[in-house]
Amino acid sequence: MKQQESHRSDFFFTPLDGKIEKAFRAIMALAVILPFLILIVLLVDTFVDGYPRLGWNFLTSFPSRFASSAGILSPLVGSIILMGLTALFAVPLGIGAAVYLEEYAPKNAITTFIELNIANLAGVPSIIYGLLGLGLFVRFMQMGRSLLAGAATLSLMALPMIIMAAREAIRTVPNDLREAAYALGADRWVTIRKVVLPLSLPGILTGIILSLARAIGETAPIITIGALTYVAFLPDSVTSSFTALPVQIFNWISRPQTDFHVNAAAGIIVLLVIMLAMNSIAIFLRFKLQRKIQ
Amino acid sequence: MSISNEHPYMSVTAASNDAHTENGIRRDYTGLREDAALIKTAGLTAWFGSMQALKGIDINIAAGKVTAIIGPSGCGKSTFIRCLNRMHEVVPGARVEGSIFYREHNVYAPNVNPVMLRRQIGMVFQKPNPFPMMSIKENVLAGLPLQGKNTTNRDEIAERALRQAALWDEVKDVLDKPGSSISGGQQQRLCIARALAIEPEILLMDEPCSALDPIATAKIEDLIHTLRQTITIIIVTHNMQQAARVSDYTAFFYMGELVEYSDTDTMFRAPHNSRTEDYITGRFG
Repeated sequence: MKQQESHRSDFFFTPLDGKIEKAFRAIMALAVILPFLILIVLLVDTFVDGYPRLGWNFLTSFPSRFASSAGILSPLVGSIILMGLTALFAVPLGIGAAVYLEEYAPKNAITTFIELNIANLAGVPSIIYGLLGLGLFVRFMQMGRSLLAGAATLSLMALPMIIMAAREAIRTVPNDLREAAYALGADRWVTIRKVVLPLSLPGILTGIILSLARAIGETAPIITIGALTYVAFLPDSVTSSFTALPVQIFNWISRPQTDFHVNAAAGIIVLLVIMLAMNSIAIFLRFKLQRKIQ
Repeated sequence: MSISNEHPYMSVTAASNDAHTENGIRRDYTGLREDAALIKTAGLTAWFGSMQALKGIDINIAAGKVTAIIGPSGCGKSTFIRCLNRMHEVVPGARVEGSIFYREHNVYAPNVNPVMLRRQIGMVFQKPNPFPMMSIKENVLAGLPLQGKNTTNRDEIAERALRQAALWDEVKDVLDKPGSSISGGQQQRLCIARALAIEPEILLMDEPCSALDPIATAKIEDLIHTLRQTITIIIVTHNMQQAARVSDYTAFFYMGELVEYSDTDTMFRAPHNSRTEDYITGRFG
């Protein structure tokens, strides 16, 4: 027995171990540093290009055929309304679906099938959602190329992520606490509202914000359903046609004049700031709420 | 199985052939003083999926007394008390057959709302489970809004429940701190206070001390001695000394069956069944 063990340790610890260990560590470090460097280079390049165009004027002007006076007012407003509407559609549906699947649904073949497909949907390319939105919302439901159709499409895209994040968060609530509530004479709904949801809120909020941040940066589905690229007015209702930041940036980049490329870089900076702000809020909320729970 | 007939609360599976049927419901048990029993079960059988956890339990639980349920792990003792307030059915795939009478109500009758039943039959669990997002005070009062009870005298109710649970002096200055910030033993007494705040008639305790140190355990046992004056307690424990110390009656469960049930003195001094004797003398389990 003892002999066997020493034989085994000889097998695992060869004289080369030290060198392999070092080489492996270097490769792993490189795997971290390389993407980080690429990101830095991209960010710096964008900032150097776009910084001169940034300013109050850039945020409050409509797009124009003159690069120097063009701004992002309508795409910025479009993006913000789009995000608000998307949240309005996707959040209640997403949390509702997660609560149903975790707290109510019987564990059978049908729910397993649904769960599997939600996970699959999260991996579907965004342009497919765009095509679905075009067929379903724009044409079949006759919403036209409106904010409503755009938000509905982005909601479909954000839903699987929100459902999965919310389910994960709900699953972390210990069963002890559900039983404690039942034993105090709470019914299932009260238990969910007073115990399960408050405890899973940090995780659910993080999931919502991250999926909304992803939705606001999406270009493909918005272009597919036919967002306009030149909009010199603010939307007056949810049925207005619209444009969004990624669409405007895409449009500017595809123009031949280099002045517009500067505008695109400035637009990217604005979009990045919004996304970073949203991610920071997600981290802050999670930290703050989790401290409260402890 | 010879069990003395003079004792008022005793009933054992083997003795239940003496029970007679009245309107399809068993009304009488050997030696039972009918008015003294708060809970009566007849043929109580429980399953987890295809696994049978209880095999026809007939038992009468005395009002205003402490009844201990002992037995080795997996004998069905926790399942038994979880059937009494219908917590057993919360587990997916779990089901129950037979009948449980709480006073004159059939607990498993179709018109019984388990939610209302649990307000009369409170429960304390093995692991302390205060709500982590609520303060100590909110934890004590957590059961009240669930029931739509008058909550104008919240402070009063909280203080009374915490005093009943012998926790008031230790937490009166930190009532707004999170329920999870106090020690494990204090958390368990907080859970007892939370259960007492809604004024149940029966308190079920499912191994309430198994996660606690000896000092915290002693405090809970003292508490049981005080509480027995106002409330009926059914306590599951695998600590035989504890059962002997705190209870008036003891039931020994083995493999989902009620093997022996008698007053605690008799049970520990002169058990009738050899399996009971083997268990309480530590020969198995």
